[in-house]
Amino acid sequence: MSVVTVQLGQCGNQVGQELFDVISSDAQVGHRGGYSGASCERFFHQTTQGELLARAVLVDMEPKVINQSLVRAGKSGRWRYDEASCFSQKQGSGNNWANGFCVHGPHHRDVVEELMRREAERCDRLAGFIPVMSVAGGTGSGVGTYVTQCLRDIYPKSFIINHLTWPYGTGEVIVQNYNSVLTLAHLYQLSDAVLVHENDTVHRICSQLLRIKHISFGDINKVIAHQLGSILQPALTADSHGAYSRNPLGELVSALACHPEYKLLSVSTIPQMPRSSIAYSTFIWPALLKHLRQMLISNAKMEEGIDWQVRPPAASERTRTLTGPGFNTSLANLLVLRGKDVFSAETGDFEDAALYTSWLSSHDAFNVWKSSVPFNKYEKSATLVSNSQALLRSLDLMVGKAWNMFASRAYIHQYVRFGISEEDFLDSFTCLEQVISSYAQLR
Amino acid sequence: MTQSVVVQVGQCGNQVGWRFWDLALREHAHVNSRGVYDEALSSFFRNVEYRRSDGGACAVGGRIQHLKARAVLVDMEEGVVNEILQGPLREVFDSTQLLTDVSGSGNNWAVGHMTYGSAYREQIVDKLRKAAEQCDCLQCFFLIHSMGGGTGSGLGTRVLSLLEEEFPEVCRIVTSVYPSVEDDVIISPYNSVLAMRQLTEHADCVLPVENQSLIEIVNKITRMSDRGRLGAGTKRDCTITSWQGGLRGPEKPFDAMNNIVANLLLSLTSSARFEGCLNMDLNELAMNLVPFPRLHYLVPSLSPLYTLADVHVPSTRLDRIFSDAFSKDHQLIRADPKHSLYLACALLVRGRVQVSDLRWNIERLRPSLPFVSWNQEGWKTSLCAVPPVGHACSLLVLANNTCVKPTFMELRDRFTKLYKKKAHLHHYLHVEGVEQSLFSEAFNSLSELIEDYSRLDAVKGTPMPDPPRLSIAS
Repeated sequence: MSVVTVQLGQCGNQVGQELFDVISSDAQVGHRGGYSGASCERFFHQTTQGELLARAVLVDMEPKVINQSLVRAGKSGRWRYDEASCFSQKQGSGNNWANGFCVHGPHHRDVVEELMRREAERCDRLAGFIPVMSVAGGTGSGVGTYVTQCLRDIYPKSFIINHLTWPYGTGEVIVQNYNSVLTLAHLYQLSDAVLVHENDTVHRICSQLLRIKHISFGDINKVIAHQLGSILQPALTADSHGAYSRNPLGELVSALACHPEYKLLSVSTIPQMPRSSIAYSTFIWPALLKHLRQMLISNAKMEEGIDWQVRPPAASERTRTLTGPGFNTSLANLLVLRGKDVFSAETGDFEDAALYTSWLSSHDAFNVWKSSVPFNKYEKSATLVSNSQALLRSLDLMVGKAWNMFASRAYIHQYVRFGISEEDFLDSFTCLEQVISSYAQLR
Repeated sequence: MTQSVVVQVGQCGNQVGWRFWDLALREHAHVNSRGVYDEALSSFFRNVEYRRSDGGACAVGGRIQHLKARAVLVDMEEGVVNEILQGPLREVFDSTQLLTDVSGSGNNWAVGHMTYGSAYREQIVDKLRKAAEQCDCLQCFFLIHSMGGGTGSGLGTRVLSLLEEEFPEVCRIVTSVYPSVEDDVIISPYNSVLAMRQLTEHADCVLPVENQSLIEIVNKITRMSDRGRLGAGTKRDCTITSWQGGLRGPEKPFDAMNNIVANLLLSLTSSARFEGCLNMDLNELAMNLVPFPRLHYLVPSLSPLYTLADVHVPSTRLDRIFSDAFSKDHQLIRADPKHSLYLACALLVRGRVQVSDLRWNIERLRPSLPFVSWNQEGWKTSLCAVPPVGHACSLLVLANNTCVKPTFMELRDRFTKLYKKKAHLHHYLHVEGVEQSLFSEAFNSLSELIEDYSRLDAVKGTPMPDPPRLSIAS
């Protein structure tokens, strides 16, 4: 089954291009038979000349980034984008969510819907959509939300998982918190699940784990692409009966997003190290999984600086609403293991009921996907997709800053002139306070 | 890709504009190695087949034939415009883009705004419309003028209000050159305050530049280059202060100062013209930097300014560039933003700079910069891959900062000194359409603006409690 990616705005198009790059180079490593076939089918459309065209729609309100993505993709020699699947305008959205959502989105609705329909119809079986976007700007956030709404209208039964990039806390765009709040509140009603990467976190991974001195957005996007690729590439799941899963998005959603109030998913991957070190490292599953589990419960985003003091509460404490300091309660977890000896990896520790909220059995809350094919040069790698309190603090900060700014009504005139009212802002704040409250009470 | 039209009004406006076009051509020539008329060029230039204005316009992608600036040149005296038309840039403009008269405005805002404004209204609108129609997607009008005289100040602000009337959707970014205290035009405070009201009401963003600051900067550069040993290492085609390598004749007194302002405009538009990993369009400028409609005065500061003149300082020391940009010597108005309150700040970086370098510098400088409580991380950043000619990288900082208040207050004081005694008022009242209420209204508008800034300043430094969040019934 095939996945259609919709790349929105500068971030979405840059991340998307890196994602397809990682996937295509992983898929085209030799002697992988079914894996390569499944991966290509899932993400690429093969033309009669044998060329691989990404199953993607590229949308941006200004042309420079899409042009760059087209060129970069073509350079790889392994795959490219279909130029006919691109849509760009001349003038951007001005970092204004309202401009993207109320003006550009509706204005270009027909053309963009047609492009998405075309990609969807080229799939033998459609697994669902992944809109890729940032929340800080105007196009990714505003047009991205509008496009998600269109997708929901046209394909009410399809799975839609949005991939969001959250900006650096110390600001790339001044009104980023407004744009983020408006986006998240709307997507909560439209998406099946929201997969989040934070620039701050990925930046730390680049500097501390990958030891990159001068980190560029290209480096950040490659890490995001690696983590996303390790989730989305073919794997054997509990429901797939010995073959590669035909319904990856559906299974992801049913494994992790079982409740409409809990849709925020975070990602951690282990190991991550400079390319040059991989050859000198050996990995064993028990060590990898132990670190990953501790990363989960202590809400560490990477395998350096993990706080080993954090422990799940003992059984006696669980009846009270207290949790230990720094303990990250999960609603559900999905572990994706790839590489050598994967079937002998012991994952029982992740099924510990103490990790999870009390109203879901740990059997339902935890799922494992496996693939014996090593991913992206790592002999063994493990990725954890988690629906937990991991994003709670960032979300709370984001809403707090936006609220602070809203209280002084700064910049509101810029949104009002494009069609958003103060009421709309209040509705979005209310929705997110509800989400924050739900996650905070997850015990 | 979008296009912008530059409207230069008055003597100062046209002289700065002239430098801008010269430098822009040089910059594009440096980058555009294949002679192809690309998107970057089309943002400020048309490509036509014949030297005459009725030549067919060529689309993007073809060879460069004859470049014509997307500009409208207005002056009520012929001197400067004639010089432009006789100089090496004459091919870049054609007669349909010009509007001149002979007698000038006599340093009288009212003559510029009312008399000429009415007389030439149709022609001005016509020329603006023509320039706009020649654009595929017009994003922004850049108005360049001075505040102290008659044409730039009066007619310039009339053009501004016409732009708002005729093209309300197009962003209006105004570069205004404010007179120094020792200005030789006695009534420049009248002209400036009358013009300020127009700017507050009709502009989207204003980049105020003070002559005094420019003079000080140029003097510093001259002192440093005199001090340094100018050997083979000095880059001679630096565009910051020098006309060398450009198309002009012998250097004139205001040239170095005008170069700085022209560089400001080049840096401002670089991300819209060239590619980079974090682009910034011009419409994002107003969106991010203007939290309340009237407070749209953005203090510009450019860096590096001196380094090329001083051969001992390597020009790629990025942290030095950042620190300099926030020092009061680099501001283009006489102000010290570090000791006032930041409402918002934009960093436009050009050259081979990575996002981590940018973030590191922001984190380093942030503790010393006071930001308003509701915008503690009020940074807008952009990274453009193409550096200016002769530099490895550069930084333009646009700060919405209450440090403009002293400048405005000083202006108001100079106005009051004259107005109290009704000095020279009759020159204005004689002009048709002018009533005394015009003066009091302009004064009030300026006072209100100063009051807005004062109110923000009043809470500076006092820790504000966060407003209580919405509570959800659980």
